[in-house]
Amino acid sequence: MPANDAHAHAESPALRVQFDTEAQQKDASTLGMWLFLITEVMFFGGMFLVYTVYRNAYPGIFAIASSSLDVYIGAANTVVLLCSSFTMVLAVRAAQLGQRKAIILFLILTLILGGIFLGVKAYEWNEKFQEHHVPGSSFHFEGMQPDEQAHAQLFFSLYFAMTGLHALHMVIGVGMLLFLIRQAQKGRYSAEYMTPVDLGGLYWHFVDIIWIFLFPLLYLIDRHLKG
Amino acid sequence: MSEHIDSVKTYALVFAALIAATVGTTAVAFVDLGPFSVVVALLIAVCKMLLVALFFMHVRHSTRLTRLVVLGGLLWLLILIALTMGDILTRNWVGVPGR
Repeated sequence: MPANDAHAHAESPALRVQFDTEAQQKDASTLGMWLFLITEVMFFGGMFLVYTVYRNAYPGIFAIASSSLDVYIGAANTVVLLCSSFTMVLAVRAAQLGQRKAIILFLILTLILGGIFLGVKAYEWNEKFQEHHVPGSSFHFEGMQPDEQAHAQLFFSLYFAMTGLHALHMVIGVGMLLFLIRQAQKGRYSAEYMTPVDLGGLYWHFVDIIWIFLFPLLYLIDRHLKG
Repeated sequence: MSEHIDSVKTYALVFAALIAATVGTTAVAFVDLGPFSVVVALLIAVCKMLLVALFFMHVRHSTRLTRLVVLGGLLWLLILIALTMGDILTRNWVGVPGR
C-alpha cells in the first residue's frame, strides 16, 4: 500500500492509511474477528442442533453410549484447556503492556497445553478404535440389540464429528500460536501494536468455549445410571 | 493503547471459578436429577461461557457494536435451534420405530 502524502501520519502496522486513529483500527479488527467467530458459532451450531435432535430421539441409548467415555480423562482435558486459556489471556495482557519476553513465554505455555490436550484426545480416539466404538462395519457396542447398535453409532458419529472438528480448530490454533511466537521473537509486537496477539486470543478462547459445551453434552449424560 | 488492562488477580479469580465449575459439573452429573441434569449441565456451561467471553475475550470492555454483533450471533443460533426443534418435536419425524 503506497503511503499517502495527504495523511499526516506515516504508514505503520499500528495505523494503516484508511483509519483515522489507532483506536478506530483496533475496533475494526476486533469487530471483524467477532464476525468470523459468529460464523464459527453457526458452523458448530448445526452440529449441536443435530446432537439435540438425536439425543431427544434416543435418550436412553445416548446415555449408555456416553457412559462408555472416560469422564475423568474428559474432565482433566477440560482443565488443561482452561489452563491454556488462562496462559493465553496472560500472553495478551503481556502484549498490552509491551512485555516481549512474557508474550513469548505465555504463548509457548499455551502451545504446550494445547499439545497436551490434542495428545489426550488422540489417546481417547485410539481407545475407541480398540473398543470397536468407531462407526462403521466393525462397530460393536456390548449388550445392545441390532437396532440399538445403529442408534449408538449415531452417538459415536456425533462424538467423532464434533470432537474431530474441535480438534481441527485446535490444530489450526497451534499453527497460529507458532506464527505468533515467531513474530513476537522478531519483535513485531509492542504496546502500540499487538492486534494479532489479541485476535489470536479471541480465537483460542472461542475454541475453549466450544469444548466447554462439548464436555457436558458428550461425557456427562445421565452418569448416575452407571452407578 | 488506551484500552483497559485487567489485573492478573482478576484473571486468576476467573480461572479459579472456571476450574471450580468444571469440577462442579462433573460431580453433579453423578447425582440423579432426572430431566434437570441436562438443565444444570447447560446452565453451568453457559456460566463458564459468559466468564470466558466477558473477561478473557474482553467483551465487557468492547464497543457497543461488538457486543451487539455477539448478541446477534447468539440470537441466530437460538433461532436455528428453537425453530428446528419446534418442528422436530411436533411431527415425530425421528425416533419413530421403522424409520
